[in-house]
Amino acid sequence: MAEEVKVFGHWTSPFSCRVGIALRLKGVPYEYIEEDLSNKSSLLLEYNPVHKKVPVLVHGGRPIAESLVVLEYIEETWRGNPMLPQDPHRRAMARFWTKFVDEKCMPIMWKSLWSEGEMQQKLMEETNENLSILERELDGKKFFGGNSIGLVDIAANFLSYWTEVLQEVAGISLFNVEKHPILFKWANEFMSSDAVKECLPPKDELLSHFQAMKEAMSATKARQN
Amino acid sequence: MATAAKGVVLLDFWVSPFGQRCRIALAEKGVEYEYKEENLWDKSPLLLKANPVHKKIPVLIHEGNPICESLLIVQYIDEVWSNNPLLPSDPYERAQARFWADFVDKKVSECWTRLWKVKGEAQEEARKDMIEDLKLLEGELGDKQYFGGETFGFVDVAFVPLSAWFYTFETCGNFSVEKECPKLVAWAKRCMERESVSKSLHDPHKVYEYVCQLKKKLGVD
Repeated sequence: MAEEVKVFGHWTSPFSCRVGIALRLKGVPYEYIEEDLSNKSSLLLEYNPVHKKVPVLVHGGRPIAESLVVLEYIEETWRGNPMLPQDPHRRAMARFWTKFVDEKCMPIMWKSLWSEGEMQQKLMEETNENLSILERELDGKKFFGGNSIGLVDIAANFLSYWTEVLQEVAGISLFNVEKHPILFKWANEFMSSDAVKECLPPKDELLSHFQAMKEAMSATKARQN
Repeated sequence: MATAAKGVVLLDFWVSPFGQRCRIALAEKGVEYEYKEENLWDKSPLLLKANPVHKKIPVLIHEGNPICESLLIVQYIDEVWSNNPLLPSDPYERAQARFWADFVDKKVSECWTRLWKVKGEAQEEARKDMIEDLKLLEGELGDKQYFGGETFGFVDVAFVPLSAWFYTFETCGNFSVEKECPKLVAWAKRCMERESVSKSLHDPHKVYEYVCQLKKKLGVD
């Protein structure tokens, strides 16, 4: 299939990154278009009128939105290096863990990194529980997908990379080698694979970006108080 | 797992639209199964073992293997029993179907969670969001017979159980689904002509009664 593949994304977005990882895993060439999220392009709004968000994959002029929907599309369109197993039950389990990462782990971890006081404590405890659950699921395997990177690994990209930066900004330690050694090992394996390495944004730039975001939030808060 | 090695078991709760998705999918495929009603205030050891992470219904147990999360269960059913496919065969069409099913969960279900629990300005906002989301779904349906086109499909299965909740949404949110989205109401009526749907959904007034009792129980009012 030689139809053009384009990805509309943002360099700081782990969701955009997921799409890049999947395409690289499958060896699919694509054009990446950086969106200015404070001034979204008319093309993006045309391609994703419902959510108006990145990432959007456009294949042969047809748009697909929502990163996990995009990943399933990539899996079904380019069959090499499968991200999902063949067996229906194992597929359902992979999708279950992907959902767990996407709807539970990530949002709660994100909230814990940006909250304070008692709320932060509560969210940190919940995050710790979620990471322990994930670790038990991983136990014994190199990746969630087995010997090679799969859907769950890609969905958990936030955990392997963004968390390190955000922990530094927040001044807390949620995810470290002492608390979750197996998961920590997975993160290093994941980040050192070719498909992933090439997609990750520069750490120092990501750090500056989130530090600036934190400062802006604190400034807003100070003005409100 | 203390159930038959072969065979299909569905752990469910009578009024749950998520459980109903699974019932509809199984009925569409003509799959026989054992229905087990769960008491959500006193969950069975079977449920807690089958879904240790979320401890929620529905759970499908097939040949001893549990599958959780309603849309994942529907996809599993579609993959194992290939008659009357619910998802289209073309990857792009499949992506669109997944997108809209995800929209029902991320937006409509989320709105509903706000609508019945809050009051005042927050409820007004939830009402506006709900109407907007329903209109977007109506836009996607357009003049098609079903979301799946000529055939009843994945998005229809995902959304139709919530049609039994329209009366509850309207009453809690003080709006009329028929007035705002007449095509959705017509679509829901068409779906109810299918036995898989009419046998799985409950009377909207029963649903409303249940929500009223739940509100009392949780002290929301």
